Amino acid sequence: MNCPNDLRYTNSHEWVRQDGDSVLVGITDFAQDALGDLVFVNLPEVGDEVEVGEVFADVESVKAVSDIYSPVTGVVKEINEELIENPEKINVDPYGAWLIRVEKVTETEDCMTPDQYREFLENQE
Amino acid sequence: MDKKTPLYDIHVAAKGKIVSFAGYQLPVQYQGVMGEHQAVRKACGMFDVSHMGEIICKGPDALENLNYLLTNDYCNMADGQARYSPMCNEHGGVVDDLIVYKVRDDCYFLVVNAANKDKDFAWMQKHAFGDVVFTDISDSVAQIALQGPKAEQILQKLVEKEKIPQKYYTGRFDAVVKGFRCIISRTGYTGEYGYEFYMSSEDAKAFWEMLLEAGNEEGLVPCGLGARDTLRLEAGMPLYGHEMNDEITPLETGLGSFVKMSKKNFLGKEALVKKGEPDVSRVGIKITGRGIAREHMPVYAGEQKIGETTSGTYCPYLEYAVAMALVSKEYSKAGTALQVEIRGRKVEAMVVDLPFYKCQK
Repeated sequence: MNCPNDLRYTNSHEWVRQDGDSVLVGITDFAQDALGDLVFVNLPEVGDEVEVGEVFADVESVKAVSDIYSPVTGVVKEINEELIENPEKINVDPYGAWLIRVEKVTETEDCMTPDQYREFLENQE
Repeated sequence: MDKKTPLYDIHVAAKGKIVSFAGYQLPVQYQGVMGEHQAVRKACGMFDVSHMGEIICKGPDALENLNYLLTNDYCNMADGQARYSPMCNEHGGVVDDLIVYKVRDDCYFLVVNAANKDKDFAWMQKHAFGDVVFTDISDSVAQIALQGPKAEQILQKLVEKEKIPQKYYTGRFDAVVKGFRCIISRTGYTGEYGYEFYMSSEDAKAFWEMLLEAGNEEGLVPCGLGARDTLRLEAGMPLYGHEMNDEITPLETGLGSFVKMSKKNFLGKEALVKKGEPDVSRVGIKITGRGIAREHMPVYAGEQKIGETTSGTYCPYLEYAVAMALVSKEYSKAGTALQVEIRGRKVEAMVVDLPFYKCQK
């Protein structure tokens, strides 16, 4: 399973990327593979507050719906609007297809390093 | 402990994602539901449906037993003909829905849902009368479905055209495909042109591989349960446990044409007569707002709750989300605006005619 080295990971299979003074949040390769072909993404609005461990979005594949949990507390600065029309981009490029950009981050979950996440995935099987 | 179908090893080798379904380990998908769904609509797909149950009903009183057990009328059938029917309990609810093939005058071949097989068999034995024997042959029979506009072209590579059933809902019980004895049936659960094959469990693997190879040029791909469900939903086909169950009557769920009230007697008739015209009906719903409805979601007309969805999904071919629902009859007309409550959010929707998708051929 692909886990880029510059990201941090949660045990609910989100990834976080520090990008200047804000962070990008998406779902991992493992998550998109487990969900299957995504057909719908429900994102928050710009200006919404997100909180560590709270649901901020949901994604649906043909068969299932899954909540996405925020690894940070902060304010949504930007949403990836492209995904609303083309949710399958998450399947194609899970680490390029970020869901939200969060600013004013006051708290970040204690995330896993790529190695820790890989080990976590192995233990899941 | 789940059972495995004779094709289990093939699914695993082909990287099928295995899930537990109706007591069987089956692939929910191989490459992906979207691609598999499209393959069936545009080319061809094949499914392992060996989990389905097969029961033989045999004896001089076979016909009378079926006409009592089932709501449809099995008189006037030709050999090889198939006929769908709900099977009702005393309260008019549905024990199962099944397909009955007439093999010959005193012998019928019944195909039932995997999850209901044991319940069905017990029910049939309990209500059997006269000179008839029901035999559950499910474990020795495998079933493979070949579905899609290219299905006929693929099958013609393996069998002479005259041996292939042409008419929908007919089967050939004497078929031999490249040395494999099997039943070829012009049926399916995808809304697409296609066939279902029944063969001995021992032949299933070789049969599967033979079909897959024959359909290589036509783009035949193996498909999982995920696509089977989106295809049947897109085609507006009811599924036991969703659109019907022990409490929902066939009349409520829009299967009235398979209930022959003119028959002298059948199980559930008295209850159905007593209940009279149902006040709910099964409708197709197109989600016009943003969201995907799933089963058991409340349906509203403004502030008033008027029913509940029974199945729902995103339709890969139509490219929008649909649902089936049981709603108060007054809201069942096509064009009626409704709302479906999807995870706490009311989403705009509209009643549309079923099926959502109809094949051209």
